[in-house]
Amino acid sequence: MSEKVKDLRGTRLSAADLESKDTITFRGRPNAKYAWSAGIAYTKYLEELKNGRIVGRRCRQCDRVLVPPRMFCEQCFRATDEWVYIKGTGKINTYSISYLDADANRIKTPILVAVVDLDGASPGIGILHKLGNVDIEKIHVGMPVQAVWKPANERKGSVTDILYFEPIKEK
Amino acid sequence: MTVAIVGVGHTSFQSTTPDISFKEQMFEAAVKAYEDAGVNPRKDIASFLTAAEDYYEGYSIFDEFVPDQLGAVLRSVCTIGGDGLLALINGVMQIETGLFDVVAIEAHSKASDILTFPGIVTHGLDPIYNRAFNVHPYFVAGLEMRRYLHETGTTREQCAAVVVKNKQNALSNPSAAYAAKMTMDDVMNSEFVSDPLTRRDISPLADGVIVMVLASEEKAKDLSDDPVWLKGVGWCSDTPWIESRTWSTAEYARLAAERAYKMAGIKNPQKQIAFAEVDDWFSYKELQHIEALGLCENGEAGKLLEQGNFSRNGKLPVNVSGGRIGAGNLLEASALQSVLECVLQLQGRAGTRQLKDAETAVAQSWRGVPTATGCVAVLSSEL
Ligand SMILES: [Zn+2]
Repeated sequence: MSEKVKDLRGTRLSAADLESKDTITFRGRPNAKYAWSAGIAYTKYLEELKNGRIVGRRCRQCDRVLVPPRMFCEQCFRATDEWVYIKGTGKINTYSISYLDADANRIKTPILVAVVDLDGASPGIGILHKLGNVDIEKIHVGMPVQAVWKPANERKGSVTDILYFEPIKEK
Repeated sequence: MTVAIVGVGHTSFQSTTPDISFKEQMFEAAVKAYEDAGVNPRKDIASFLTAAEDYYEGYSIFDEFVPDQLGAVLRSVCTIGGDGLLALINGVMQIETGLFDVVAIEAHSKASDILTFPGIVTHGLDPIYNRAFNVHPYFVAGLEMRRYLHETGTTREQCAAVVVKNKQNALSNPSAAYAAKMTMDDVMNSEFVSDPLTRRDISPLADGVIVMVLASEEKAKDLSDDPVWLKGVGWCSDTPWIESRTWSTAEYARLAAERAYKMAGIKNPQKQIAFAEVDDWFSYKELQHIEALGLCENGEAGKLLEQGNFSRNGKLPVNVSGGRIGAGNLLEASALQSVLECVLQLQGRAGTRQLKDAETAVAQSWRGVPTATGCVAVLSSEL
């Protein structure tokens, strides 16, 4: 930085200055609202979540099962071929323990975020969800987990129709 | 310049498409474009450019959401924060560098997903000087139209004639969203939005996707029997101060055209250009843009349009596709809709609206209020 900067005159504003009444400030809030069309694949997925089921799409060319479903295969660049129902069980691919909420507030009970590779979906095709009913110390990559669903009358066609994934108790 | 368009694909343009996602729409247009060009995107296309404005999409960093449906996963992808023609021009330049010989261009509109379109446009105004009056942002077009009519002597009737012509042209375009048989009275008697601008002077929003494949000279000759050559391009922005613009003339379009014509060796556009697709977001903009492109003298476009000069069977047809007013306002994608029409016409694929013996065309874009930014491309069936 140039040394001359030191000679520049100006007034430093503090947070208190900005809050005070004799400082000119402007406030604006963007009016930006959207209604995203879910489309064929998302719509089917959400409707089936409401039914307590997880659906994917198979691409016959690469023989992968994509969950959540997509109407085209991004590897083969062709339309996918058929709906495939899979179970709500799988293994933790990766996880993180978040101590901040969406507004960056520090929280006492951390949110356990995980990508779960579902049984029946192709490797590397995971779904993002939360973990629950689990001892934090025992969570590990590769841990077998299962979906815990909301009661049928409370499901509304949302990813939150699954409450969380919990460890499968070893028999 | 030695770059050609070797394939085009598009969805139909519709007022709303609630049954399908933007990804699924893009996939449809991309499949058609790659089929038209005879290329496999996973093997033959190395670079993909998409035109998008995050605020229209409701997604931040929108380019992250396009690779799958374009066949572009783990390839070079970028978004141009501009209209489809600017994306196309950037694709041309990528090929000119010698780094790529085949690139894909995508532009789209999912306008029906936007619930607060005026709010999005207002957000493009200076927050401190221009947003204080709680007025619909199309007031900017009202101000511009007033000054344009005042300085040129163009009449509201002549602007209404643009609407009648473009709606009529759209009747022969099976992809158009807003084709209609409309009378002058229908336009003149529609309610004022921002006087002198009426509701019918404004192009209605539509959804749609357009994808194009560009290739270097060598590759284009290899891939296509009838490539459409890009002979010249230009793009230009005026000051963002709406208070300091030359309202009566579209200076951004005039200068962009000057550059494109120079590159293309066009000395007399009125003689050398067979037809034009120009931006008609608002009716008067078509007249202003015709003048900026040198297709007639300043202030003459309205009169000549009334006389049929720019009709489909006129001396210099303008917006045979129907433009934004007839085909639908596709936001950043209307620029590519203009190019699409040029390509179809120059290849003899325009169906019942096919023009005879057209060899050279000009496509021109504008990004809508409150911008003063636009692009121009000269296209030809001859190298
Ligand atoms: Zn596949």
